[in-house]
Amino acid sequence: MWSYALKRAGATGLTLIAASIIIFAFIHLIPGDPIYVLLGDMATPDQVDVLRHRLGLDQPILFQYLRWAGAALTGDFGRSIFFQAPVLSIIADGAETSTLLASITMVWVLLIGIPIGMLAAMRHGSWLDQGLSGLAMLMASVPTFWVGLYMILIFAAWLGWMPSSGYPSIFEEGGLGNLRYLVLPSLTLAAPNAALILRLTRASMLDVSREDYVRTARAKGIRPWRVVTRHIFRNALLAVVSAFGFTFAALLSEAVVTETVFALPGIGRLVVQSILRRDYPVIQGVILIIVVLYMLINLLVDLSYRLLDPRVELQ
Amino acid sequence: MSTRTMAWWLGSFARRPVAIFGLAVILAVIVAAILAPLLAPFDPSAIDPINRLSPPDAAHWFGTDQFGRDSLSRAIYATRMALFIGVGVVAFALVTGVPVGVFSALFPRLGHVMMRAVDVLMAFPSLLLALGLIVILGPSPVNSVIALGAGFLTTTTRIVYGLTLRLRTETYVEAARSMGSRTGWLVLKHILPNLISPLLVQASFVFAFAQLGAASLDFLGLGAPPEIPSWGNMLAESRTFVTRAPWLLFFPGMMIVLTAFALNVVGDSLRDRLDPRLREMLGSER
Amino acid sequence: MLKVSDLTVSIGPDDAPIDLVSGVSFLIEKGEILGLVGESGCGKSMTSLAVMGLLPRPGPRIRAGRVELDGADVRGLMPWQRVEIGHARVAMIFQEPMTSLNPVLRVGDQIAEAVRVHDRVSGSAALVRARELLEMVRIPDAGMQLSAFPHQLSGGMRQRVMIAVALACRPQVLIADEPTTALDVTVQYQILGLLRELCNALEMAMLFITHDMGVIAQLADRVAVMYAGRIVETAPVRTLFDAPGHPYTRGLMACMPIRGVGQQRLKSIPGQAPQPDGVPVGCKFAPRCSEVRQSCRMASPPRLQVGPGHEALCAFPITDGRPL
Repeated sequence: MWSYALKRAGATGLTLIAASIIIFAFIHLIPGDPIYVLLGDMATPDQVDVLRHRLGLDQPILFQYLRWAGAALTGDFGRSIFFQAPVLSIIADGAETSTLLASITMVWVLLIGIPIGMLAAMRHGSWLDQGLSGLAMLMASVPTFWVGLYMILIFAAWLGWMPSSGYPSIFEEGGLGNLRYLVLPSLTLAAPNAALILRLTRASMLDVSREDYVRTARAKGIRPWRVVTRHIFRNALLAVVSAFGFTFAALLSEAVVTETVFALPGIGRLVVQSILRRDYPVIQGVILIIVVLYMLINLLVDLSYRLLDPRVELQ
Repeated sequence: MSTRTMAWWLGSFARRPVAIFGLAVILAVIVAAILAPLLAPFDPSAIDPINRLSPPDAAHWFGTDQFGRDSLSRAIYATRMALFIGVGVVAFALVTGVPVGVFSALFPRLGHVMMRAVDVLMAFPSLLLALGLIVILGPSPVNSVIALGAGFLTTTTRIVYGLTLRLRTETYVEAARSMGSRTGWLVLKHILPNLISPLLVQASFVFAFAQLGAASLDFLGLGAPPEIPSWGNMLAESRTFVTRAPWLLFFPGMMIVLTAFALNVVGDSLRDRLDPRLREMLGSER
Repeated sequence: MLKVSDLTVSIGPDDAPIDLVSGVSFLIEKGEILGLVGESGCGKSMTSLAVMGLLPRPGPRIRAGRVELDGADVRGLMPWQRVEIGHARVAMIFQEPMTSLNPVLRVGDQIAEAVRVHDRVSGSAALVRARELLEMVRIPDAGMQLSAFPHQLSGGMRQRVMIAVALACRPQVLIADEPTTALDVTVQYQILGLLRELCNALEMAMLFITHDMGVIAQLADRVAVMYAGRIVETAPVRTLFDAPGHPYTRGLMACMPIRGVGQQRLKSIPGQAPQPDGVPVGCKFAPRCSEVRQSCRMASPPRLQVGPGHEALCAFPITDGRPL
C-alpha cells in the first residue's frame, strides 16, 4: 500500500512540476514586456530596474523558472500590483470564505445527491425515478449564476429570508450566525453538482445491481434492504468516490462565478477582479495554489479508492 | 451512413418523447440562428429609451431592457452566438482530440508522452484554464471558443484514446493488420467509423456544457463584447435591474437552460443506444 | 423433496403471454441427483431461477404451476420471503465463480452472512461455522482463507466457496447451474466429486444443470432433457444413454463423438431451436425431427410412458430398441 502511495505521489509531483512550468510561462505569454506585466503600467524606471535585477530577466529562462519556483515554495508569490502587498496574504484573506463555501457545498452535494440517487435507482422505472432523473438532468443544464441570481431575487429581495450578498467572517461580530450568508451561495453552487452525483450514484447502483454477486446475495435469503446497503451500495460507492476529484474541480470552477454573483470576498471573486484589474501576479498565484490543491485532492481520492476496493493494484 | 444506421439512430428517439423534444429545441435554435433577421420583430440594437425596462406585452414578448431594446429579438440573435460557440468548441475538441487520441493509441511510445501532457492539462480546473487563456488571448468570441475548447479537448482525447485502444485489439483490426494493411488505411477504414457514434454522444454533451461555459464567461465580462447579443451578456446586463425587471433574468436564462437541456437529453438518448449493458429484455417495457 | 409441477414462466402481456418455460414438471428425492440438459436458450437456467425465486423484477414471471419444497408451495416467493415462512431450504450455485462473489467483502464474511440468516447466530459463532463449511468443501488452510478476498482465490477455490455459501443455507435441495463449465477439466472433476459426496453425506436432492452430456453420465441418477422450454424426456441415466425415446434426445446422443471409433464427420441435428413465440399447439421439435408425421405439427404431443421411470413428450417415441 505504501509503495503504491509513494508511486502515486511521485507521479503527482511530476505532473505538478509540469503544470507549474505552464503557470510560470503564463506571465511571459501575456502580450507585453513581462516587467510591466508584473508591475503594471504605472511602474517607475527605478522599480523596473529593481525587479529586472531581482528576477534576473536577462538570465536564461530555466534559471528564472527555478528562482520563481523556489520563491513559490517559500510562500513568496510576488506582489499584487493592485494591493501593493504580497500575493500570498491577499489570497489568504479570501481563503476562509472559499474554504467554508466549498465545504458546505460539498456537504449539500453529498447529502442530496447520494440518497436521492439511491432512491431513484431502487425505484428504477417508476415515475419517481423518471422524474428525479429528468430533474437531475435539468439541474445539470442550468447556469450556476442564473440559479444564484434567482436565489437572490426570491429569497433575499422578495422574501427577505436571507442576506443577498457579502460575507462577514465568523471570527468577527455575528460569529457562526454569519454562516447564513453562505446558505444561498452554497445551495446555488451545490445544485448542478448534486445533480451530477445523483445521476452517477443512480447509474452506478443500477449497474451493480445487475452483477452476479448481487444475485448470489439474494439467493442467500438476505432481506432486500441489506442487499442494497451491504452489497449494492458499497460497490456503487466506488464509482462515486472516484468522481470526487472531478466534482471538486467543477466546484472550484463554478465557485468563481458564484462568488462574483453573491459578492463573497473569496478567492474566486479575487481571480475575476484580478483579471479585470490586470493584476497578473495574483492571477498566477491563485492558479498555482488551486492547481496544487486540486492535485492533492485527486491524490487523496486515488489512495482512498485503493482502501475501499481491495482489487485495485499497481499499474 | 447507410439507411439502416439512420433508422437505428432515429429509433432511439422514438422511444423517449423527451428526446424528441430535445431534437425539436435544437432544430428551433438552428432555424432561429439562420432566419434571425426574418424572425426577430425588432432590430436587436435598436434603442428605444421611452420604453425601457417594460414588462412583456403584445409588442415585446420578452419585454425590453435598460436601453429599450427588444429582448425577444436579442434572444433570437443570440442563437447565432450560441451556435458559434457550440460548433466552434466541438470542432476544436474533435480536431485536436481525435488525431492525438488515435495516434497515441496506435503508437504506444508517442502515446505515453501525449497522455502525460493531457494529464498536465487536466490538472487545471476547466473554467480556470479558460480564464487563464482569456487573459493571455484577450476576451472575444473566438478566444472563448479556444479557451473553452482547451478544457474539452482533454476529455475528448482521453475518450478517443480509450476507444482506439479497445478497437485496436479487436480481432478484425488485428486481422487487417496481419494482412498487411498500412496504418493510415487501418485508421480510416476501421477505427474512425467506429468512433462516430461515441463521438456524436460526446459532441452533444460538449455542446451543452460549452453553452454554460460561454454564458459564464460572458457574464463575467470576459467573453463576447456587450454589443454582440448573447444570452450570457443579456444576463450580465440584467443583473443591475433584476428587482425592477425580473423578466430580463428569466428569458435569456431559460434559453440557455432549454438549449443545454435539449443537448443533454439528446446525448443521453444516443448514449443509451450505445451502451451494450442496456439490452432490453424480450418484449418487456422499460 | 423438490416437486415442480407444470411450471410456466412467461413474458409479455397477460392476455398474450410468450412462454419461455412451459409445463415443466419433475420430482427430486432426497439424495438424488437430477440432471437437466439442453442446449443454450432452452430454458433450463430460467427454470432454475424460477424454482429458486430469483427471477429478476421486472422481467419474466411464473404464470402457472407449483414449486413445492417438502410439501410447501413456495412459488413466486423470493429467498428472503421463504426464510420468513421457514421454507427456505433450497440453495443455488452459479456458473461464473469469478463474478458470483462480492469483490469487496472477505470470503469468510460472505459465508457468515448466509449462516446468520439461516442459523440465527451472530458474529463470531457465524465465522466459526463458516470455517467449518470451508473445511467441508475441502479448502486447504480454511482458517486463513476466511479473510481472503475473492480475487485472491483461483476459479476452483471460488466455486468451492460458492458451495460453502450454499451449504450455509442448510439446503435440502441444491440447484447447480453449470457450476463447472467455466473451470478447467481437472478442477471440474474435483468439484463434481465434491458435489456427489456432499449430496450423499447430507442427503441433499440436487438439480444439476448442464449442456455437457459427459458430466451427466458421471454424476446424474436421472436425467431430464429440455427443448424449447419444455421437458421432452425424463429417464434414469443409463436408460437415457442406452435407449433414448424422444427423437431429440436420440439426435443429441448421435451427435456425441464416440471415443475409439473413427468417424468421417460429426453428425448434427439439422435446423435451429425455435424462438419462444406465443404458439401453443404442435410439437416444437417437429421442424427438425427425423421421425416427424403430419399429426405432430397439429396437436401438442402427449407425455407418454416409455418404460419404468421413463417418459417422453412425443406422440411417437422410439421404443423398438433400434440403434441410434
